[in-house]
Amino acid sequence: MTAFVDVRDLSVDFKTRNGVVHAVRHVSFTLEKGRTLGIVGESGSGKSVTSYSLMRILDAAGVIAGGGISFDGVDIAQASERTMRDIRGREISMIFQNPRAALNPIRKVGHQIEDVLRQHVQADRSNVREKAIEALRAVRINNPEERYHSYPFELSGGMCQRIVIALALACRPQLLIADEPTTGLDVTTQKAVMDLVAELTRERGMAMILITHDLGLAAAYCDHLIVMKSGEVVETAPALELFRNPQHAYTKRLLRATPHGTGNVRDLLPEDAQPADAPPAPAPAAAVTPLLEVENLVKEYPLKADPTGVFRAVDGISFTVGRGESVGLVGESGCGKSTTSAMIMRLLDPTSGIIRFDGVDVGAVSAGKFASSPYRGRLQMVFQDATDSLNPRFTARRAIADPLLRLGARGDRRSMPRAALDARVAELAELCGLPAHLLDRFPHQLSGGQKARVGIARAIAVSPDLLVLDEPTAALDVSVQAVVLNLLVDLKEKLGMSYLFVSHDLAVVRLLCDRVIVMKGGRIVEEGGCAEVLEAPKQDYTRALIAAIPHPPL
Amino acid sequence: MTSSRGMIVLKRLAQAIPTLFGVIVVTFILTRALPGDPAAYFAGPAATPESIAQVRAALGLDKPLAAQFLRYVQDLATGDLGQSISTGQTVLSDIVTRLPASLELTLSALALSVAIAVPLGILAATRQGTFIDHLCRVVVTAGVSLPVFFTGLALVYVFYYQLGLAPAPIGRLDFAYISPPPVTGFFVIDALLAGDAETAGAAFGQLVLPAVTLAIFTLAPLARMTRAAMLQVLGSDFIRTARAAGLSRRQVLFSYAFRNALLPVITTFGMVFSFALGANVLVEKVFAWPGIGSYAVEALVVSDYAAVQGFVLVMAILFVVVNLLIDLSYTLIDPRVGFDG
Amino acid sequence: MDGTPQTSAPAPRASGGIGRHMLYVLRANPMTLLAFVLLTLFLVAAVLGPAIVPHDPLATNAVNALKPPSLSHWFGTDDLGRDVFSRVVVASRLDLAIALSAVALSFAAGSVLGSLAGFYGGWTDRIVSRVLDTLMAFPLFVLAMGIVAALGNSVGNIVLATAIVNLPFYARLSRTEVNIRREAGFVQAARLSGHSDISVLATQIFPNALPPMMVQISLNLGWAILNAAGLSFIGLGVRPPTPEWGIMVAEGARFIVSGEWWLALFPGAALMLAVFTFNMLGDGLRDIVDPRQRS
Repeated sequence: MTAFVDVRDLSVDFKTRNGVVHAVRHVSFTLEKGRTLGIVGESGSGKSVTSYSLMRILDAAGVIAGGGISFDGVDIAQASERTMRDIRGREISMIFQNPRAALNPIRKVGHQIEDVLRQHVQADRSNVREKAIEALRAVRINNPEERYHSYPFELSGGMCQRIVIALALACRPQLLIADEPTTGLDVTTQKAVMDLVAELTRERGMAMILITHDLGLAAAYCDHLIVMKSGEVVETAPALELFRNPQHAYTKRLLRATPHGTGNVRDLLPEDAQPADAPPAPAPAAAVTPLLEVENLVKEYPLKADPTGVFRAVDGISFTVGRGESVGLVGESGCGKSTTSAMIMRLLDPTSGIIRFDGVDVGAVSAGKFASSPYRGRLQMVFQDATDSLNPRFTARRAIADPLLRLGARGDRRSMPRAALDARVAELAELCGLPAHLLDRFPHQLSGGQKARVGIARAIAVSPDLLVLDEPTAALDVSVQAVVLNLLVDLKEKLGMSYLFVSHDLAVVRLLCDRVIVMKGGRIVEEGGCAEVLEAPKQDYTRALIAAIPHPPL
Repeated sequence: MTSSRGMIVLKRLAQAIPTLFGVIVVTFILTRALPGDPAAYFAGPAATPESIAQVRAALGLDKPLAAQFLRYVQDLATGDLGQSISTGQTVLSDIVTRLPASLELTLSALALSVAIAVPLGILAATRQGTFIDHLCRVVVTAGVSLPVFFTGLALVYVFYYQLGLAPAPIGRLDFAYISPPPVTGFFVIDALLAGDAETAGAAFGQLVLPAVTLAIFTLAPLARMTRAAMLQVLGSDFIRTARAAGLSRRQVLFSYAFRNALLPVITTFGMVFSFALGANVLVEKVFAWPGIGSYAVEALVVSDYAAVQGFVLVMAILFVVVNLLIDLSYTLIDPRVGFDG
Repeated sequence: MDGTPQTSAPAPRASGGIGRHMLYVLRANPMTLLAFVLLTLFLVAAVLGPAIVPHDPLATNAVNALKPPSLSHWFGTDDLGRDVFSRVVVASRLDLAIALSAVALSFAAGSVLGSLAGFYGGWTDRIVSRVLDTLMAFPLFVLAMGIVAALGNSVGNIVLATAIVNLPFYARLSRTEVNIRREAGFVQAARLSGHSDISVLATQIFPNALPPMMVQISLNLGWAILNAAGLSFIGLGVRPPTPEWGIMVAEGARFIVSGEWWLALFPGAALMLAVFTFNMLGDGLRDIVDPRQRS
């Protein structure tokens, strides 16, 4: 008697320009009905490819090169395409990340669900609409009769993911594969979506495979975990056991690198890579003199639908950042945190309000003219997407040198001699842990972590007083994030800068910041010391945010 | 929902007004940019200074430019495009008589082109990297590289001179036949309506070579765009969802992929129509097709400016209308139009 | 990671750079190689043409009229006894010159207009877009006819007309390419590094927008050649007896129905080959610039 899902020695190859890539190598696992399995790994680990082979929806370039997959007694690798089509959607379903793109943009969502129902003869002309609405109701969509007529672009990301789930579960399959289903969604939405998936699969006695990069998420929703690295399974264990007693070095490293609400930033690093010094203690809140003072800052945008109306992206916020202090600015997408940081950085003009930097009203100079302000060099920023923030035609060396060439070593616009420039770039690269031989590479030749280092080196090149960090690790794998966060802590200690750390992730903010500001709908809802806000939140919204962080069973 | 759709259609109709105004401004500038003194030109070669001044006053050329423009617009509003020197008729009546010939040629060529290009593009996209894909690529690149007048001549040489399969390239109908009673202005259809199969056959025979010539030219951009759009759509997330839901290959390909790929293809169609209207002029010259294109060429040769400018204006208005229709059909397919675009 | 699932395994990063990539493209697509070879041939013909042809392209010889291709006259002779081969080769200079100067003009004007519109948006964008829309509202060849008719029938005006009708392509493309990069991270970073608006546009955005525009230039050159030849085919611009491909086809057209095919075939074939070369080159460049966009 074989297991419900039985993957034996599975290997998947991809033909690429540079030869054959073994994306998945000798992977084996089993899954029984009603159980949940998490496949965890960083980018390039082969976790998605494994799940795609299960449904045989690999790209044309990918082939199952060895091993077998058995699903409910059916040999997936050998099954005919017709058999597979009957299995897909009716026996095995899949939900994806980026739910809006996963839906046909020009077809009503109700009709998309009907397509699946009719394909698998779950409904006929007379009752198909009724059944589609029922499927929408099952995923807790309000007014399903109305939503039936919606197009994906009219719905929020979370709502789109519910539709995708409705579509996947419409034919009552026995196995659901969820491929990073919450990546790109806000934490509160993420929790709602995952809770819904867990509830529905439990109710219907389905098996689920959750594919994710987030160990915490996998542990919170799965019985059993598989950790993958470079196409191979490095460890398989029940979720609790994996957390309590990880066996493989990679699992240990991954576990350490995942921020989970306790410990300090050094704990993220592997034990054998601990720096000698302990992380600096948080600055005493009372002792700091203000460096940045924001008063009643407002940013309005005209509404597209109604030119007389306005949308307040930032709605009258005030706060300060002290000299040498780290302040976290936290909120979900659309809360106005990025708009706020752009205004402080003088990339965007506020509608009203004051931005005072070192006692001077820097907001008085328009964003267009600020490039020539003496304060330009003192306000710098590290961007969210390291790839996007580097000019594809500049080498790492040229990118780091750019602010020095424009602003001079101290932001004083004095041109530097060539030798001094080279020496300074080398010094910055070393400071940021970027090996010197990488300096002559172009961005596309660098890894994500290396690009992040270049971005940081560029930002600190002119020795700024205030550094805004706009989700600097959001696009990085956790192990790389761990290293970059530590680098940021070290740099602050060495250079005495102030940080404004913009993030959606309270667990990360906690590691880096002295104080935290929580934003929602353009306003500040709560503010206070990090420990204070995280441990005893005063506002419901903050509580919801904290509750939504997936908690591993420690 | 339906009322907002209606609003979008109305809005799009309103957007055509400034475009139309721009077109009129440009044609006005073109008439005023005539080499030398237009008054001297219109007065004829034997004119005295007095007669030139007379003509200038008669044409309103002594007035300020704004007043001249106003008068130009008034003339257009009453359908007055001026007098053709070569035919002696009003430009408007010349164009009205000849327009059906051009439309018959252009529309049948485009229908042929779409009928070949779209399936070819879909085939090439679904069989990427195979023989048919390479064939599509070569055909498409060769097609767009062929000067239409050259293709036309080559077809005439092979099918008329060498094989004797096609009639002589002398217009819409051989002298042996009498034009069918005009209903639509399209000879083939009119002859069929009149029940005259023989004339219809002859008219069709005349139409084949020029239509094929024009179709070959317009094939390339359509096939290329169909292929590219299909490839892009087939690689997108929602196709993966549809496949993962077990939808049949036919449904994935046509009701999901093709309908989405149609959007850029429709946009390209506007550009193709522009090419076709231009190439039409050359094809008409090669096949002595009595449309407005050959009318404009004849007028150009004898410096009949009013006729040329009338032709340019009518073509532009035709093209504005075509673009309007294209945009409206786009609105019908894509629910997103008018919301975030 | 960029958020897309690993449907295709990440390929090892090619470190050989653009040279290796070009080699790959040329090997995968021999047509691009062919296009480079043909381009060289055309350039040689254009530069050295008059010096290397066997006969004077203008010398008439009534005895030798309408002779089919032979060893002494590879492409035969026309109705005035002129050597078609010599005329076809010599004509390449004029045809390429018209196309190149028209494309250069419209590229320069179009990319400046488009970049400014794409970068500044607002009123600049609205005005530029309105002008472009108006130009695009005309069927382009028809507009070119109208311009030449209005400005006067000369080679210079052919160039100008071709440049004007091509301008919207460049302007629209550069507008889009600049606009999508306007808010890019590296542009924001450059502002933080102290770059002014103009400096950002010129040193950061424009160089990145250039590759897709190079592709457009190549594809457009073919179209410009066709456009100019089409105008001379209907009797605009170049006057006989100057050798030019379009006019030679027009002259040869009269003899097609009586079977003297070579008069029109060879200049027509030269024209076709030139356009084909630039189109293939554009396709190849597209592959080199962006391997994903092969279409």
